[in-house]
Amino acid sequence: MNVLEVKNLTKKYGTETLALSDLNFSVKEGEFVSVIGQSGAGKSTLLRCINRMIDATEGEVIFAGVNMCKLDKKALRKQRRKIGMIFQHYNLVNQLTVIENVLHGRLGYKSTLAGVVGSYTNEEKRQAFEIIDMLGLTEQVYKRCDQLSGGQKQRVGIARALIQNPKLLLCDEPIASLDPNASKVIMDHLRNISTKLGITCLVNLHQVDVALKYADRIIGINKGKIVYDGPPDLTAEQIHMIYGSQAGELIIDIGGRNES
Amino acid sequence: MNFSETLKSLWVQSPGKRQGIAAKKYIIKRANKASIVMNITLISLAILTIYGFFTFEYKDVKILEVIAATAANFKTMLLEPRFNHFDLSKGLYQVGVTLGLAFLTTLIGGFIALFLGLLAAQNLSSLIVSNIIKGFVAFVRAVPTVLWVLIFAVAAGLGSVAAVIGMTFHTVGYLIKAYSESFEEVDAGVIEALKGSGANWWQIVFQAVIPSSATYLLSWTFMRFEINYMNAVAMGAAAGAGGIGYELFMDSSFYFDLREIGLITYFILAIAVMLEFISIKLKVKLRED
Amino acid sequence: MRVEALIKRRRNNLIFFAVLLAATLVSIIITEFEVTKAFTSIPRAIGWAVKSFYPNANSLEKIPKILVKLRETVLLSIASTTVAAIFAAFLALFGSKTTQINSFLAAVSRGIASIFRNIPVAAWALILLLSFGQSSLTGYFALFFATWGFLTRAFMETIDEVGSEGVEALKAVGASYFHIIFQAVIPSSLPQMISWVLFMVETNIRSSTLVGILTGTGIGFIFNLYYKSFQYNAASLVVVFIIISVLVIEYISNYVRRVIL
Repeated sequence: MNVLEVKNLTKKYGTETLALSDLNFSVKEGEFVSVIGQSGAGKSTLLRCINRMIDATEGEVIFAGVNMCKLDKKALRKQRRKIGMIFQHYNLVNQLTVIENVLHGRLGYKSTLAGVVGSYTNEEKRQAFEIIDMLGLTEQVYKRCDQLSGGQKQRVGIARALIQNPKLLLCDEPIASLDPNASKVIMDHLRNISTKLGITCLVNLHQVDVALKYADRIIGINKGKIVYDGPPDLTAEQIHMIYGSQAGELIIDIGGRNES
Repeated sequence: MNFSETLKSLWVQSPGKRQGIAAKKYIIKRANKASIVMNITLISLAILTIYGFFTFEYKDVKILEVIAATAANFKTMLLEPRFNHFDLSKGLYQVGVTLGLAFLTTLIGGFIALFLGLLAAQNLSSLIVSNIIKGFVAFVRAVPTVLWVLIFAVAAGLGSVAAVIGMTFHTVGYLIKAYSESFEEVDAGVIEALKGSGANWWQIVFQAVIPSSATYLLSWTFMRFEINYMNAVAMGAAAGAGGIGYELFMDSSFYFDLREIGLITYFILAIAVMLEFISIKLKVKLRED
Repeated sequence: MRVEALIKRRRNNLIFFAVLLAATLVSIIITEFEVTKAFTSIPRAIGWAVKSFYPNANSLEKIPKILVKLRETVLLSIASTTVAAIFAAFLALFGSKTTQINSFLAAVSRGIASIFRNIPVAAWALILLLSFGQSSLTGYFALFFATWGFLTRAFMETIDEVGSEGVEALKAVGASYFHIIFQAVIPSSLPQMISWVLFMVETNIRSSTLVGILTGTGIGFIFNLYYKSFQYNAASLVVVFIIISVLVIEYISNYVRRVIL
C-alpha cells in the first residue's frame, strides 16, 4: 500500500526560480527511501512540501489517502501529527530538558490549554521514557539540551518524532552536522525504525555512500527534477547524472563530505 | 500491534541500558540552579513591583480623571502642533545646539576612550591596568549623567561646558567597554607578527589594532552619538544646557503650552528616528565591507 | 593599482577628518562652548569636590530621609520596568519575524516601539507633568513608556535570534500557535529577556534620578533640594547612596546572568 503519493509537484519561488518541477513518485509503507542530490537541488523543499511547511505551487501530495494541499489549518495540524520530522540542526528548544523536548511531539494531540501549560498524560510520559531509553538517552533525561552532544541532540529529535506515533518520518540531512560515529548511530536507528516499526522513512542525504548502504530505494534529484528513481545499485554514470557531469573522483569526494 | 507494543518489541531486540524505568513516577520537571535563580528573580521583581505600587506618593491623583486628561493632552499635542514662543528657524537652531552638544561630547569622549580602551583591552595591556580601568568605568557609570553635569556646573556654571564635560563621563565609560572589546577581537596572529618584526607598542596599535577595528569603532561611536542626542535633550531640560530640551522644559513648566510641546516632540522624534536610520544603514554597510 | 587604492584611502581619510573638524567648529560656535573654560573648570571642579563635596557628620542625620527617597526611586524603576516588560513582550510577539501574526500588525508594532523608544525619557516626563503633576506617577509613566519602547526592540531581537530554534519543529508536529509560543519561544528567550529587564532596572535608576529632578519626586528631588540650597555635603551623600544602589543592582544582575545564560 502506498503511504505517500506525490503527483506533478512543482514549486516556484517568485516567478522565475523553479525549485521543484513536476515531481511524481509514490512510497510504500515501511519503505526506506533516500533522496540524494547536490545542495540546492531541491531536496529540502521537496520534504517541506510534503508536510506543507512550504506550500507547493502546483500538484498534489497524498498522504494516508488525504490530499495535504487541500487541508485547512486545523485539518493540516491533525494530519501533521502522523508525520515526524528530523532536522539537520535538530531544532530543539535548547533551554528545555530532554524529556520536555521529547514530549513536544505530543503537542499535535493537545488542546490549546493543555499544550500551553505542558500537561501530558501518564501514558504519554511512560512512552516518552521508554523511547528515550530505547535510544540510550536515559542518563540525559533531565539535562538541558544545550548540554548534549550533536549525536545526542539528534536522538532527542528522533524521540520527539517517534512519540508522535507517526506513519512517515521526513529526515532533512539528519547526519550532515555529525561526526562519522554519531552518524552511524543515527542511521542505524533510522534503519531500525523503518524495518522494525514499519514506519516509512524519507531521508535527504548528502553522502552517497551512506544512502547506498542504508536505503531500499534511491531518488536522485538534479535542479528540481527527478533524474533517478530505483534500487540502491547505481552505476557511476547514474551518480554523475544526479550530481551533474563532473570528474570521476567526485563520488569519493561526496561520500566523505560531512558538511551541509 | 499497537504503538507501545511495537516499541517494546523493538526495545527487546535492541536492549539499551535499561535502568529502573518502572520505578520512576514520570517526573518531567526537575529543578536546576538556572531555573531556581530565574524563578527567584521573577518572583522578587513581581513582589517589589506590587510593594512599589502600595508605597508610591499618589498625592490624590485621581487616576481615571488623569488618564482622561492625558489622553486629551496627547490629542492636542499630536493633532494641533504649532509654534508660539519661537519660529521654525529658532527651532532648527535649538535642535542644532542639542546636536552640537551631543557631537562635542561624543568627540571628546571618543578621543579619551580610545586611549583608555587600549589600556583596558586584555591583549594589549596588563591584567592589573585593565581591571583598574574597568573598576573606574563601573564607578563612572553608577553616577547618573545629570549628576555629573550638575556637579561640574558648580565649577563651570550652568551651560554647554558643564553639560559636555558631564555627559562625557558616561560616554567614556560606554565607549571604553565597546572599544576594548573590539580591540580584543583583533587577530592575535597579526599582533604577534608585528611584535616578531620588532614593532613597539605604539606601532602595533596604529598599524594593526586601530585600522583593523576602525569600522567597529565608528559604528559604536555613532551609536553613542544617538544616545548622547537623547541625553543632550535631557540636559537641556534638567541642567540648563540649552537647546531643544530647554524649550521643552519652558513650555512644560512655565507656559503650559501643549501645542508647542507637541511640535517640539515631533522635532525631537524626527531627529532621533533619522539618527537611528543612519546608524542601521551604517551597520549594514560596515558589515558588507 | 595598489598605489591608487592607497591614495584613494588617504583622500577618504582626509575628507573624513575635514568633515569632523568642520562639525567640531560649528558645534563649538553654535553651543557657545568655551574651550579654555572647559580646561580650567576641570581642576576647579576637582578642587571644589575635595573642599566641599563629601559627606560630613552633619549630613549623616539626613540618611533616613534620603533612604526613604532612595527606596521610592528603586521601587519606581523596578515597577515601571516589570510592567513595561509585560507590555513589551506582547508587542514583541506581534512584531518579531518568527512569531508575527501578519506583516501589517508587525509593521505597526515596530512603528509604535520606535516612537516610544525615540522620545527621550526627559521629554516623556515633561509631557506627562502637565496632567499628572508632581507625583510619583509622572515619573512612573515616563519610565514606563521609554522602557516599553526599548524592551520591545530588545525582545524582538531576542525572539528572532534564539527564540526561533524549536519553532519549525513544533509546527511540523502539528502544534498550534499558542503551543509554539509557550513551549518553544518563551522557554528559549526567557533567560535573555530577564537579562534585558535587569539591564533596564539598572538604567532606570539613573534615569529616574533625572526624572525626579524634573518632576520633584524621589532621589532626584532630594538631590536637587540640597544642591540648590548649597548643602553640598548632604548632596554628596545622596550621590554615594545612588552609587551604592546601582553597584548592588549591577552585582546582582551579573550573578543572575552568569547562572541563567
